Amino acid sequence: MSSTVDKKGKGETRRDFLYLTAAAFGAVGAGSVAWPFIHQMNPAADTLALSTTEVDLAPIEEGQAITVMWRGKPVFIRHRTAEEVERAKSDDKADLRDPETDEQRTKPGHEKWLVMVGICTHLGCVPLGQKSADVKGEYDGWFCPCHGSHYDTSGRIRKGPAPKNMAVPEYTFLTDTTIKIG
Amino acid sequence: MGSGNRKKFDNPIVEWVDSRLPVFTLMNKEYGVFPTPKNFNYLWNFGAIAMVMLITMIITGITLAMHYVPHVDHAFDSVERIMRDVNYGWMIRYLHANGASFFFIAVYIHIFRGMYYGSYKQPRELLWMLGVVIFLLLMATAFIGYVLPWGQMSFWGATVITNLFSAIPFVGDSIVTLLWGGFSVDNPTLNRFFALHYLLPFVIFAVVFLHVWALHVAGSNNPLGIEPKGEQDTLPFNPYYTMKDTFGVLVFLIVYVAFAFFMPNDLGHPDNYIPADPLVTPAHIVPEWYFLPFYAILRAVTFDIGIPFTDITIITAKLGGVLAMFGSIALLFVLPFLDKHPVRSAVFRPWFRIALFALVIATFLLGMAGGKPAEGIWLYVSQFCSVYYFGFFLAIIPFLNKYEPVEKLPPSINDAVLDKNIKANAYFYAGKVK
Ligand code: HEM
Ligand code: FES
Repeated sequence: MSSTVDKKGKGETRRDFLYLTAAAFGAVGAGSVAWPFIHQMNPAADTLALSTTEVDLAPIEEGQAITVMWRGKPVFIRHRTAEEVERAKSDDKADLRDPETDEQRTKPGHEKWLVMVGICTHLGCVPLGQKSADVKGEYDGWFCPCHGSHYDTSGRIRKGPAPKNMAVPEYTFLTDTTIKIG
Repeated sequence: MGSGNRKKFDNPIVEWVDSRLPVFTLMNKEYGVFPTPKNFNYLWNFGAIAMVMLITMIITGITLAMHYVPHVDHAFDSVERIMRDVNYGWMIRYLHANGASFFFIAVYIHIFRGMYYGSYKQPRELLWMLGVVIFLLLMATAFIGYVLPWGQMSFWGATVITNLFSAIPFVGDSIVTLLWGGFSVDNPTLNRFFALHYLLPFVIFAVVFLHVWALHVAGSNNPLGIEPKGEQDTLPFNPYYTMKDTFGVLVFLIVYVAFAFFMPNDLGHPDNYIPADPLVTPAHIVPEWYFLPFYAILRAVTFDIGIPFTDITIITAKLGGVLAMFGSIALLFVLPFLDKHPVRSAVFRPWFRIALFALVIATFLLGMAGGKPAEGIWLYVSQFCSVYYFGFFLAIIPFLNKYEPVEKLPPSINDAVLDKNIKANAYFYAGKVK
């Protein structure tokens, strides 16, 4: 057997190679054991399974809004008036922090319905503006009292510390008056 | 911890144990005859006080856990049941809730003591850094504990603080989902918070052990900041400091139980007696008082930081606030390496003393600003004080390293203590020696 030590002192030996491969295997092994203990913290199967909600839109009058729970979060559903839709569309060209057109935030043929997660994208408070008596902010949409973010009639961020528009969840129209969120 | 040259104990049982496991020798060496500088003032009580508070929290916490139910449908009611039906439940809960506040009071004074007398300097750097680790763990424990009663402040405090992590670029949202175990703060979150709230105090206990170990390697600092030169400068820990610590602990406990019994809710927020409601945000979310200065720093960053004259944002206001908040604690951690001035104690550093008192005032103002809505004058107060806070560590300390004169120090602790003119008040000693 050849010597494992390079007598001329020229760098790597077979032993170094064994150390490195052993360490690499050890690291991969430790990582694959650690992963289940980290991943257990992510949403469990039943939490994920709860993640669709069906909503009947028929009782919501024009100009009214309701809040439903979806995945433990409030979802705002607003039956917008023609003026509100008009205003949202005309603001498409305004100076937006998170540019999105009103068309991208609604479903074709159902522009009067705005469906979005009612959570301020700053630090997660629930903005005001769902009830007719609420403050609606400078853009007549929603206003987050926590640190003063103003959203427009399309739920887009216009002023204040929040970085993004309120999120539009995945949803589909099952009929003209029912939607499935998630 | 070896038995080395062990002295025999008279009591045969003690001797039997000690010759097999020298715990009595160890205790005697570290807490009996341990040579301790003889010029401690009352600020040196707060380490022992913090230890007593840790034990108090563990005892009251474990007894609360015997009745508490970590489930969103039962948590709030189980705490109300503790308050009304469980025998002495009200007392145990009030001791635990106010205990957290008094733990922080002790720790804040303890940290101030370390800064004033330069206890973080060589050779006590690691001792200090372990202390900052304890402080961080304590903040995590208290934050998580406040979520458990599942009131409105519990829920919305947890929502706002966990959402901070979403500011981290790219992985932020995944981290938040991982913390929640769902899509919002919900039952999985409460469950894991309870598990962690049970665990962390014992982790703190372990780090406290290392902290005290490091202390017993370097020995205690003292108000003069000069090392003891021999026996004439020290006293055996027992009975001198066991007595003084016991006295200080008792005075502190009197104030603490006065709060727990006579004004148990003064330090808390009334909204936390409203059950958590994920659909209604309280008009004004405030954390517990001990977090207010850091909360003010978080909210002081109201502007995006980008490349000048372009629209490109590098750090959003949200991320900037988070970085500033964690940065303010990171600065404490590296303080031993920032402050290179050869004199330890502020007693002999009049410039540093002024800067440090200004820091204390800035921190108090930050605390006041943190409790108010972040607008108008209070926003400017928090911005101004945050700038001072960072300036203290990053500008003033380096400046003092270079320019603050090095005063002549007293020859020894003994000389300083015996000098009748300065005995009572080491503060003025500086002027005398010059
Ligand atoms: C470092 C030590 C600890 C700190 C700083 C701490 C802090 C807190 C705080 C601030 C609360 C909220 C009190 C309220 O407003 O109701 C709390 C609640 C609670 N803690 Fe701790 N805690 C500590 C140790 C422990 C330990 C060791 C346990 C044992 C399991 C424990 C069990 C509980 C329970 C069951 C509650 C919920 C009942 C309640 O809200 O009163 N704690 N803790
Ligand atoms: S959470 Fe809405 S503005 Fe901060």
